Amino acid sequence: MANTYTLIEAKTLASAVASVTFSSIPQTYTDIKCVFSVRTDRSSFGSYCFVSFNGSSSNFSARFIGGDGSSAASGTQSQLAGIETDANATANTFNNTELYVPNYISTTNAKSYSVDSVSENNGSTAFDYLVAGLWNPATQAAITSLGITAEAGANFVSGSTFYLYGISNS
Amino acid sequence: MAAGSTYTPLANTTLASTQTEVNFTSISQIYTDLVLVVAGSTTSATSLFMRVGNGSVDTASNYSVTRLYGSGSAASSDNLTSQDVMYISTGNFTTANTIVNLQNYSNTTTYKTMIYRLNMPAAFVGANVNLWRSTSAINTIKVYVTSSTLTVGSTFTLYGIAAA
Repeated sequence: MANTYTLIEAKTLASAVASVTFSSIPQTYTDIKCVFSVRTDRSSFGSYCFVSFNGSSSNFSARFIGGDGSSAASGTQSQLAGIETDANATANTFNNTELYVPNYISTTNAKSYSVDSVSENNGSTAFDYLVAGLWNPATQAAITSLGITAEAGANFVSGSTFYLYGISNS
Repeated sequence: MAAGSTYTPLANTTLASTQTEVNFTSISQIYTDLVLVVAGSTTSATSLFMRVGNGSVDTASNYSVTRLYGSGSAASSDNLTSQDVMYISTGNFTTANTIVNLQNYSNTTTYKTMIYRLNMPAAFVGANVNLWRSTSAINTIKVYVTSSTLTVGSTFTLYGIAAA
């Protein structure tokens, strides 16, 4: 049986950083999936975190639908990669996010991505977000690096984890 | 989702020319669940439909869907009953993807439910559930459009997931 769901790289933070990048992503898979569980030092409960491809933060768009424990809403936010768990949330809680990019090696098509992201808090402020994102640069390119960045001014704290998987269709 | 050898590609299609449908037939019955990943575009705004069946796809009004979706300005939910198709996108499948999870697809005692995530950055994002009111095992899937075409380079991949 083929092993088609393969861990490419794992990162566990030993100290706080504002962003994490998977570089030199192999071009041998069909899809990639980034699974991350993070907490930040930002004085909030939950904030946006962001994705970048190939070092670029341009030509992104995204729509989301989300709930915060009291209401549901939909909006747009460029580069949205999910909801990070921030410093005001219950101690020791980290978010969970899956970011899926099909057909990431295409050099002709724009890249759409899918995000499921949750930040639970055992409190009145928690988050559950679904995101549909798009990277559509003027010149299409395969994705060779993927970055996850915390909200401006924030850092992912020690213990945050990031995993990148490759999924092959054959 | 488990990593490793339980996530097995069963079939894939990358369109070399525009098409209106993609079919998966004679689907192996040895897995527990199926995952269908569609990524691509249509030449004009349209919904992407799916039918399933055993031997041939069911064209009767045996499908229903409950939808939770956001347009970028509003969150909505609705349901459609006794449909003759399943909706795996809703409008404007342009540089989009949808990921369909078909649980317990090979059993012959229960109706089949399917969770799918629709990701249309230019239109909607959502998580929906379809029901096929049949106890037949699923061994045929048809993905299609009715008023547009699927563009060159669109990809369709079917994976099997084994519980053991």
